[in-house]
Parts: sequence; C-alpha cells; structure tokens
Amino acid sequence: MATVQEVAVRVGRRSEAALLVIACAIAIGARAFVDANAADGIGRGLAIYAGAVVALAVAAHVLVRLRAPAADPVLLPAAFALTGLGLAMIHRIDLAYADRGRDTHFGTTQAGWAVIGIVGAMLVIGLVRDHRLLRRYTYTAGLLGLVALLLPLVPGIGREVNGARIWITLFGRSLQPSEFAKIAFVVFFAGYLVSNRDTLALAGPKVLGVRLPRPRDLGPIIIVWAAALLVQIAQRDLGASLLFFGLFVAMLYVATQRLSWVLVGVGLFGVGAVAAGTLFPHVASRYDAWLNALDPSVYDSGRSYQLVQGLFGMASGGLFGTGLGSGSPGLVPYAESDFIVASLGEELGLTGLMAILALYLVVVQRAMRAAIGVRDGFGKLIAAGLGFSMALQLFVVVGGVTRVIPLTGLTTPFLAYGGSSMIANWLIIALLMRISDLARSSAAAPSRVAPSTSRPQDLIDDGEEAHA
Amino acid sequence: MNEPIRRVSVVVLLLFLTLMASASWVQFASADSLGQDPRNVRTLYRQFGSFRGPIVVDGTSVVRSLPVDDPFNYQRTYTDGALYAPVTGYYSIGPGSSGLERAENELLNGSSDALFWTRLGELVSGTEQQGASVELTLSAPVQQAAFDAMGDRRGAVVALDPRTGAILAMVSTPSYDPTALAVHSSSEANRVYQALLADQTGPLINRAIGGDTYPPGSTFKLVVAAAALHAGYSTDTLIDAPDVLELPGTTATIQNYGGESCGPGEQVTLLDALRVSCNTAFAKLAMDLGWPAIAAEAEAFGWGSDLTIPLDVTKSRLPDTPNQPQIAQSGIGQFDVRATPLQMAMIAAAIGNNGVVMKPYLVDTVRDPDLRVVEQTTPTSLGQALSADDAAALTVMMQAVVNDGTAPAAQIPGISVAGKTGTAETGVDGESPHTWFVAFAPAENPVVAVAVLVENGGDLGSEATGGKVAAPIARAVIEAALAAQGVTG
Repeated sequence: MATVQEVAVRVGRRSEAALLVIACAIAIGARAFVDANAADGIGRGLAIYAGAVVALAVAAHVLVRLRAPAADPVLLPAAFALTGLGLAMIHRIDLAYADRGRDTHFGTTQAGWAVIGIVGAMLVIGLVRDHRLLRRYTYTAGLLGLVALLLPLVPGIGREVNGARIWITLFGRSLQPSEFAKIAFVVFFAGYLVSNRDTLALAGPKVLGVRLPRPRDLGPIIIVWAAALLVQIAQRDLGASLLFFGLFVAMLYVATQRLSWVLVGVGLFGVGAVAAGTLFPHVASRYDAWLNALDPSVYDSGRSYQLVQGLFGMASGGLFGTGLGSGSPGLVPYAESDFIVASLGEELGLTGLMAILALYLVVVQRAMRAAIGVRDGFGKLIAAGLGFSMALQLFVVVGGVTRVIPLTGLTTPFLAYGGSSMIANWLIIALLMRISDLARSSAAAPSRVAPSTSRPQDLIDDGEEAHA
Repeated sequence: MNEPIRRVSVVVLLLFLTLMASASWVQFASADSLGQDPRNVRTLYRQFGSFRGPIVVDGTSVVRSLPVDDPFNYQRTYTDGALYAPVTGYYSIGPGSSGLERAENELLNGSSDALFWTRLGELVSGTEQQGASVELTLSAPVQQAAFDAMGDRRGAVVALDPRTGAILAMVSTPSYDPTALAVHSSSEANRVYQALLADQTGPLINRAIGGDTYPPGSTFKLVVAAAALHAGYSTDTLIDAPDVLELPGTTATIQNYGGESCGPGEQVTLLDALRVSCNTAFAKLAMDLGWPAIAAEAEAFGWGSDLTIPLDVTKSRLPDTPNQPQIAQSGIGQFDVRATPLQMAMIAAAIGNNGVVMKPYLVDTVRDPDLRVVEQTTPTSLGQALSADDAAALTVMMQAVVNDGTAPAAQIPGISVAGKTGTAETGVDGESPHTWFVAFAPAENPVVAVAVLVENGGDLGSEATGGKVAAPIARAVIEAALAAQGVTG
C-alpha cells in the first residue's frame, strides 16, 4: 500500500535550493523580457525587483530548512515560479493597458500581495508546527467558512462585480472571502470525515445496492455543504459552487472509498446543471455563450466577446507565442485576472502554457504524494483536498478559457491578479509543505509518529485519535 | 485511504490532460481558422503592425509608413494620394489592399524570398522585419501634368517611354485618397470604402488598365493601317472613300464624322484617310484586308495577351469571327473591339520605337532597407509588331494627323508630334462618345508615347471629338515629358 518510504529518505533541501534558483531565474527573466519588449527597456526597476525576489527566495528557503527540513522540495520553487510568471504578466498587462490609454497599477499591487502571501506562508510554516493542531478547530473552521461566504451579502461591506456578489471591501481593499472559505471547508470536511468515516461508510440502510449513510452521521456535513452551495448560487458564483461541490465529493470518496457516492454526486451535479440552465437565465446565457461562442449573433451581443477574444489571443500565440511583451493581451477584458491564462498562452505560446500546466500538475501530484505519505487520516484528507481543489479550480478556469466547459469566474492560483487568491494559495502551499514535512520525516524516522506496526494500516491512517 | 487518493490522482491527471488537449486545440489545431476570423484584430495588428517599405516616385516617397502610438505602430500615409492612387492602390484594415500595395505586398512587407538575406540579417541582429522600398518608373511632373489636364473629366492617361516600356504616367480620374482607407478603424475604413464603391463615377477603378475596356474608335485605324502597310500598301496607295459605305448583306451604312466627305474624289490616299480619320475608307479597307490580317496585327501589338506591370492588366478584346459588316465596324474600332488605354499607348509607343513593342512596367528598382538593390527591371521586348519601314511610314501618317488633320490641338512648336484621334460610340443611346488621342513625340526620336481617354466626351458632351477633348490633354502630358527629359524644340 505505502510505497513512498524509499523516496522520502532524501529530504531534498539542496534540490529545493537548485530549483529555487531556476524559479528566481524564471521570475526575473520573465520580468526582464517584459521590460525589454514592452517598456522602455531594462532599468533600475528590474534590479530592485530581482533583489526582492532573491531575498524572498533565500529567506523562505532558510526558514524551510529550520522549520520544515523534510518538506517536499518541489512545492516552494513551483509556487515561486508561478507567482513570478504571474507578476511579470500582470506587469506586462499594465503596459498593454497603458498603450490603450488605461492607467492601471495591477503589477505593483499584486507584487505587494505576493510578498504578503509568501510571508504569510512562512509564518504558517514557522508557527504551525503540526497540521494536526487544526483538527481541534474542525467546527470552528466550518463556521468560519460559512461566515466568510456570507460576508459579501452583508450590506455595507459586500460588493457586486459583474453580477457576482463575492467581494467585500475591507480597509479600502477588496477581498474575495470564498478563497479563504475554501481552505476552511477543507479543514472542516477533513476533521469531520476523519471522525465519522467508519459510521458513514458502514452504518445505514442499503437502497438499490447502495449503502446510504445514516442521516445523523451525514447531517452536519450535508448542512454546511448545502448552505455553502446555496449561498454561492445566490451570489451567482457558479465557478465556486462547482469547485465546492467537486471538492466535497472528492473528499467524501477519499474518506469512505465509496465510488457509488461519487456516481450519485456526479449524477446530482448533472441534474443540478441542467436544472440551473432551465431555471436561471444567467446560467442559460453562459451555456449559450460557451456552445455558440463564435456565432455572430452571440458574439455581437457581447456574451462571448471575452471568451472569443481570449481564444483569438491564444491562437495568435500559436506553438511558441509572440514573446513576452510582444503580443496584444490587452485586447481581452480582464486579461490580468480571469483571462491571465489566455494572456500567457498568447505571449508564451502553447509550449509555455503546457509548461505552466505541468508546473501545476507537479504541485498537485506532490500534494497527493504528501497525502499518501502522511500517516494521519486528517492530514491525508487535508492534503488530498487541497491538492484536488487546486486541480479542479485550474480545470474550471483553464477549461473555461479554452472552451472545454462554460466560462465561470474563478481565479487562476498564483497567476491571476487578486490578493485573496494569492494569500490563500500560498497558505495552501504552506499547509502542504507542513504535511509533506511530516510525511517525509516520519517515513525517514518512523518513531516520530510512533505507530504500532502491529496495527492494521487502516487504523494507522486514522491517526492516534481514530474513532472506532 | 491511500487507494482512493491514488484514484483521485489519476482523475487529476485526466483533468490536466484534458486541459492540455484543449489548449492544443485552441493554439494549434484551430489556430489558423481563429487567426483568419475577421473579428480577430490581432491578425490585423501583425499584418499592419510592421514597417512597410515606401513607394518612391522620382526619389520621393509618395507612400510611407510613419510611426504612430497605437497598436498598429505604423500609419500608412499617402502623399498626393489621389494623384497616385490608381498605381499605389490602398492598404487598409477594412477592405484589404489593391494596386501595387497588393501586387508588391511581399516586397513591401519584407516577406518576399528576394529579401531572404535581409531577413536573415534582421534575425541575427534582432531588429524587426522591414519591407523593401519600391521605386517606380513614374515621372512626378508627367503624372501631375496628366492629372491636372484631366481635371474633373472621367478617363485615363497612360504615358510610356517607347524605348523601354517604362510607364511615365498612369492617371485615372476621378480618383480617391487612399489615406482615408488606411485609417486604423476597420468600421471607418469600410464606411469610406462602401461610399467609394457606391460612387457612380467609379473612383476605385483604374481606368488605364482595369475594369472596363473601351471601344477604341478611330485610334484602332492605326492597327488597320499597320496591317495594310504589312499587306503591301504604301502611304500613297489610293483606297476607296465613299461618302456613305453600304455594308454588304444589310441595310446599314457607315458614314464619316458629321457626314462629311473624306476628299474631293471617290478615292483618297492611305495617308489622307488616316489624316482625316476617314471611316468609310477604313471600314472598306478592313473588309478588303480581311479580319485575320487585322486580328494578327492587333495581337502583335499585344491585344488579347496577359500582361502584368505588375498590376494585372485587363485583356483588350477583339471579335472572334466577325462577318463582313462587323469587320467594317471593327475596322473603325467599333462593334466588339475593346481596348485599355494602356494597350493604345503601347501601340503608339511601338510605332515610335521602330515597330518594337516594349513590355510596359511600373517598378524600376526594389531596394532593401539598407538600400541595396534587390530587383532591377530590365526592359524587355514583346516582339516586332510591324517592320521598321512600316513604322516609319505610319509615323509620317500620324504626323499628318497632328500637323494637318484632326488633331491640330496636339501641335507643339518646334516638336513634331505623331498622333491619332478617336471618337468612339459607346453603343448606349444618348450617351456621348468616348474620346481618344494616342501620340508620341518627338516623331523622329520619340521619348514619350501617350494615350488619353476621356469618357463620354468630357465637358463637351455630344460635341466632343478626340481632337478637341483628348488631344490637348495629350499635348500637356507630352510637354511635361519632354521638359522632364530635357528635350526642347
């Protein structure tokens, strides 16, 4: 079952240092290309930027050596490279907007958020010595998640942008609480499921060959999940509701191994999607803009304008891209946030986009590897949940931009403009590194978790607080 | 829990593979069709956003790409746009391109194979791709003189150097300003284009070579006369010139202009027949010579051949197998005989050039951005249309037209001008005739040959003749050409 032991013997801090050098080179190089091609050339600004990037990388690496010495060496450099690419592209889009007469400072703001995100992640690694501490706050996390989701509906601080009421304004900054709610719900789901998985899976009536859980076992989680979904539907945040639904189903499956529930979940989702398309005009409109994007009547109505402009941008990038700073990403509305993937596809080409997708895939698979490697069930569920949520979020965003699924508003982790997303995703990296540290050090030195080797593996999975 | 986590990992992998496939679909498989979508302005930016070479006349760039601060980077600008529009054409994000902008596009935008080494240099040095400059054969003063002389009248002027075929002037009126089509708004460009297209006077048509061809009228008598000389006639050969020519097998007749007689008797010399542009004599002569002889002569002058200069020239047409009355009509440039002004200029030029037809051309030299010569046009012969002796005889006859015939308005003091008028029925009832004049000068050693066409008689309407309307225009063009080449009387 567990095959990771031999891999985990090497802790890989040197690999991390080497990969961080590459990540810094990508971040600084991308910015340099933008300055050379789209701005007045490489100047003092780049030197300051490069200094900050290197300083952050060194600081993060040193802290990881001290506080999470066995953490997965790939997570930090991959997140660093993605953040650097995003910052370069957002800076580039500022320049593109300037050409079109718009004065924006997304790049500077986002750089600030990136610093906060990375420092925040380091604080988590520094202060949270064991992720299992979070289990104490299972229900608190669920409550916080719901409150965070509801905040945009509170008059005064809630704000509606483009029909979706998912922002709040705090201290003059706008925040998207659903990004943090996602982490809170992962903690809540993990905590709840690890405590109740056996009763969920084994007790309860059997209907049509499918064993259904007892309502009292499933109740709390269903209530939280349904509430979250309802709130998001009310806020017209289709992307986030899709993400939460998928996340819940995946975590339920990991906890109970009940494939039939996954099928029930997917079936429910299908029914829900069709029903939403029939009941809500704004959903039907999205479907139409997706299926008939290039149809002149749909395009001229403006519904598929952004999507089609994004496709045009990516098409013009072709295999190798126009080169950073040499395309026209500014033509696409929200090129710096919702459509940053199209901007990157245009200027870096299919090759660059594949590389970016591969980076994400590495992060997600490393999360899954940490989930497999760690011995407590809570950690497994958190790592798998966070990894899957990142994968699903990317699928919803990139799939929307490349017309696999209807376009919904979700941020691209690390790349897209937006402080909440940046901070939340760096927190995810911190949690994953914390869990992987435990997974890899416990593999190297099993005494740290001190499981009795005579116990069945399933109980080991549940950790020392396992419910029978 | 590890087994379901592995399964979830596989699902994740599938999600990513889907994304990679969809990205490939957008950026590779359907990239071409998305790139060609008219709503995709990026294709326009790429096409229009590079430095395009200038079009040069007499050392001055009449078409240039000027740097501007918009996504296109460069604005195509046309100096004296209307003057050169029939030659340069336009380069527009709306309706596309025409003229040399279209014909020489690969040289102008730098993508031509001829510029391979230049591009390689640019690749190595990292500079952006630049187009070549295209230097024309046009002479600015001749072009200007022709344009001014045409004034508000509809028609065309072509001036050639008979010795080389170099086109000294190519004017078509009314014209348009290509700058208005080069605006960086496709809706505005299309609006301007639609307005030009809807204009009944056809400003977008280059009348000198394209679109409509015209009945050449009496200027076609040069072809018939050349065929007669080839058949053994001389300038003094007497030919029948009745006041009214009855056409065999019909009740139709041919008369002379205004019903006049061509001479005191029933017969005139070939020279006099051309001098006074005797319709009955040439109609009869055409029937006597037979259509194959005339058609062969016309074809020797280039009639019916494909020609690119490098603009595509509409083929001038002849009737296929005319009967006798149709041959008579054709002999005076009516019935189904159709010509472009360029074709008529080529005839004048060939007669002036000892019978040798030179291939007309507009582009003299193409230079890369470093001013190295990439292409240089060498004058080429299209063949001997008539013998040097016959050409000399025809020149004498054409001098008589100007000195003592239908075109006194083309006389230039101290310079012998050889010419031929034409006044062609359009075949539409109530429409004034097209007036023509073709000429070359100086007759002994010509440096310029010219054809002038004024549609529907210009401002004279039904009173118009080639001698009255077209000849003065030709004279102005010839004078400008002589002055430009330093030839004085």
